[in-house]
Amino acid sequence: MGVRAADDTVSALGHSAAQAEADAITVRGLFKSYGSVQALAGVDLDVARGSVLGLLGPNGAGKTTLVRVLTTLLAPDAGTAHVLGCDVVHDAARLREQIGLAGQYAAIDENLTGLENLTMVGRLYGAPRKVARARANELLERFELLDAAGRPAKTYSGGMRRRLDLAAALVAKPPVLFLDEPTTGLDPRSRLGLWRVIEGLVAEGTTALLTTQYLDEADRLASTIAVIDHGRVIARGTSDELKDRVGGERLEVRLDAGADPQRAVDALMPMSDEAPAVEGTLVRVSVRERSGSIVEAVHRLSEAGVGVDDLAMRRPTLDDVFLALTGHAAEEDAPEPQSAT
Amino acid sequence: MKRLVSDTLIIAERNLVRLPRAPELLLAFTVQPIMFVLLFRYVFGGAISTPGYSYVDFLIPGIIVQNIAFGGFVTAIGLNEDVHKGLVDRFRSLPMARAAVLAGRTLADIVTNALSVAILLVTGVIIGFEFHTSALEAIAGIALLLAFGYAFSWFFAFVGLLVSSPESANSVGFIVVFPLTFVSSAFVPVKSMPSVLRAFADVNPFTIIVDAMRHLWLGAPAHNSVWGALVWVLVLIGVFAPLAVARYRRAAGQ
Repeated sequence: MGVRAADDTVSALGHSAAQAEADAITVRGLFKSYGSVQALAGVDLDVARGSVLGLLGPNGAGKTTLVRVLTTLLAPDAGTAHVLGCDVVHDAARLREQIGLAGQYAAIDENLTGLENLTMVGRLYGAPRKVARARANELLERFELLDAAGRPAKTYSGGMRRRLDLAAALVAKPPVLFLDEPTTGLDPRSRLGLWRVIEGLVAEGTTALLTTQYLDEADRLASTIAVIDHGRVIARGTSDELKDRVGGERLEVRLDAGADPQRAVDALMPMSDEAPAVEGTLVRVSVRERSGSIVEAVHRLSEAGVGVDDLAMRRPTLDDVFLALTGHAAEEDAPEPQSAT
Repeated sequence: MKRLVSDTLIIAERNLVRLPRAPELLLAFTVQPIMFVLLFRYVFGGAISTPGYSYVDFLIPGIIVQNIAFGGFVTAIGLNEDVHKGLVDRFRSLPMARAAVLAGRTLADIVTNALSVAILLVTGVIIGFEFHTSALEAIAGIALLLAFGYAFSWFFAFVGLLVSSPESANSVGFIVVFPLTFVSSAFVPVKSMPSVLRAFADVNPFTIIVDAMRHLWLGAPAHNSVWGALVWVLVLIGVFAPLAVARYRRAAGQ
């Protein structure tokens, strides 16, 4: 799939039946408002079976609302959404059998033990007590919670709670998983641990829709990224495709304290189509080609007599992508209606 | 239907298992009611005249009814917490019966109410309460109490889903339950009240249910109060169960 805005009607309508079969999640023209706040303003989206879609956007962009509609917690105002062929409104009961949801906050009963929490969820999926208990133990082992299995969840650390929450989402081995900001608020180590677990699930063929405000998280986990802002998908593609979209390589030159930035800019100008940007002693220039750029830059700077402290090539990050697409940084908070979070 | 029953039992079990692990809840069911009985019996008892009955006999049916009404707070607060902590989202994303979360909660309340009733009756007997009726009538009284408690749980389930925080669930409960139970025949004979209050107390469902309890436990004149109480039970369930379930379907975490 190439880079395209998902509200591109040609590609949305030109979706063949075979492709629909291959997609675990299809969303067409989805709208949802809370009073005067439009949380979803015409979302189109497809997630191929066995892939991970990273839904990237700031707070209030509509990510959680979209997840709530897809997990049947919220009815859309207009548009359609299907998960494994089940309509979110008309086949809600059948849909719920095929999904697992792990939320922003750990949705577990703090007064129940880890084992009791997972056993309860298993039984609510319809499994007999014994089967549910066995499955619970299996998950506790996998998530390294076996030692804490008999303790009330209120004694768990933040990372343990998230793991228990994710385990609860996996009780019925659902083919489609919704992860709504699974690592928000976690320390780096717990975050890494949770990423490994999610990667393991995807390797086993689970389809996942993952919302996140963290660009590195989308970069690491998602095979395709959709950028959402103000209730619309404004871009989608692989991480590399999105980065290509904001232009090529960046050359960053840190000048010696005494060096004249203007001379550096003049020296580097011929290497780029745009004027180099100066920030203190840092000069940034986007270059046309990666190969040879460093050598050429060093050569040009030394000819101009500019002292260089450090020099590096950098691929654009998703931060650059987000900034270029939306005009604001990804982690900048926008107000979100209470009910949408 | 089979699913509704099994899911309801699973949720009821969950609410009962967690109870001993929340000491503040357990206190609400045990120490608090005993304290109220002792305070009323020994602080106010001497000053309130209840013709035909000793004050402790008069008091026990009234205070047990009040206590059951207060027990509903736990339902409201607990459900509100479930919504806020995202548990209700989890339940709603599961392929379980939609009414089971509320039906299970209210079912568990019958068990906790039975516990409260037992504790209060034992306390009452220790300080001199006596049944004046047959065992059958006494048991019918307990059954009526539990039925009323069940109906009142649905009211509180609705409150818990309606309000924005556990704290406001608590205040709404207080604002509703305090006047309703005090301006009734629970603690003093209605005859002793000013006429405006008395007019209210006469139609107050708490007066009707307390009078029904006094009929079943003390042999006081019934005046249709038992039937009236049963009608109230059905009305409360008939109104608040559908309202609560409808609200649950739309409940959103955080």
